[in-house]
Amino acid sequence: MAQDEIHVQDTTELLAGNAAVMRKALVDALSLPAFILFFTMMGFGSLARSAGFDAEMAAVASLLIWGLPGQLAMVELTRTGQGLVAIVFACSLANARFLPMVVSFMPTLSRERASMPRMLLDAQLLSINSWAMCMREFPQVAGAFRHRYYVTFACSILLAAVTGTLLGYHSAVLLPAALVLGLIFVSPLFFALVLSAVPGRAERISMLLGCATIPLAHHFWPAVDLLITGLVGGSLGFALGNFPGKLLDRFSNKQGGAR
Amino acid sequence: MQLDSLWVIVLACGAATFVWRALGVLVARRIDANGAFFRWITCVSYAMVAGLIFRMIMLPESDLAGVSLPVRSAAVAIAFGAYFLFKRRLVAGVLAGGLSLSALVAWLG
Repeated sequence: MAQDEIHVQDTTELLAGNAAVMRKALVDALSLPAFILFFTMMGFGSLARSAGFDAEMAAVASLLIWGLPGQLAMVELTRTGQGLVAIVFACSLANARFLPMVVSFMPTLSRERASMPRMLLDAQLLSINSWAMCMREFPQVAGAFRHRYYVTFACSILLAAVTGTLLGYHSAVLLPAALVLGLIFVSPLFFALVLSAVPGRAERISMLLGCATIPLAHHFWPAVDLLITGLVGGSLGFALGNFPGKLLDRFSNKQGGAR
Repeated sequence: MQLDSLWVIVLACGAATFVWRALGVLVARRIDANGAFFRWITCVSYAMVAGLIFRMIMLPESDLAGVSLPVRSAAVAIAFGAYFLFKRRLVAGVLAGGLSLSALVAWLG
């Protein structure tokens, strides 16, 4: 998508100041992601009940696992009566994306001196929502205030998620099917729109290649489709985005010794 | 299943997810944020997240699978159209996409 205007934006006026950054984080959270998560987690809450979990368990699952694909794997495998090892393994695999996400996210917080426990807490708060939103907004936020933006945003949506889980568990409200489909659809759509504004050529090529890889990976290796997609799409995107010249040289100049 | 063992499942799943996060922190503490490894793993994250989003919309296992691919694609196109029309307002894109999917489903049955 052509949106190069975005990084031509005036970079001298970065957002700074505790109050201003927290206000922006709250507005960003409440203007969509908190609601989307609220409804998504209502769905999770009612699924958890149908699998035999009680309300506290469902809420603690949202709080501690804090990654919907893993939560859904847990509920689904429990419902079908799988053993503990199989359930935990499936949940873990469904959330393995947190490894590269945390590695790529931590340095952008500009907190090199943070202690280990604090970093672990930051990592526990991370979800695809905050990851995508921060990658989009951080270029406009001063380094010293990024952590505050992140924690405010992440805690707001976590609160909405846990509340939604409990409400979904306890309410037997049946929404019209067409509306439910709209709500399910809105969650990935939101991420797609958020990430369309992410700067960086290598990052954008990686996203396009990720979309191109997933159908094949999903067809042939459904259990590890995202890992394969990340490694293949990301590595190619990294190479194409960072060294297009060098790669072309290597293809066109097989005798070597050019440099 | 017994409630105690359900608690074990929830806590073990939380711990199993936390392992990935903690590994991420351990790696993040050791790498140079300007180095090639960091830029590579950032690209890997982007590809994974984009793949996940693409899978959720185009290859869904949820109730969304009952909605035909042309309808889902049309709703995505409408969402991006509204997003750019309204100066990159996420609310505009999400509302347009969600409502048009609901409307198309209700209309086409």
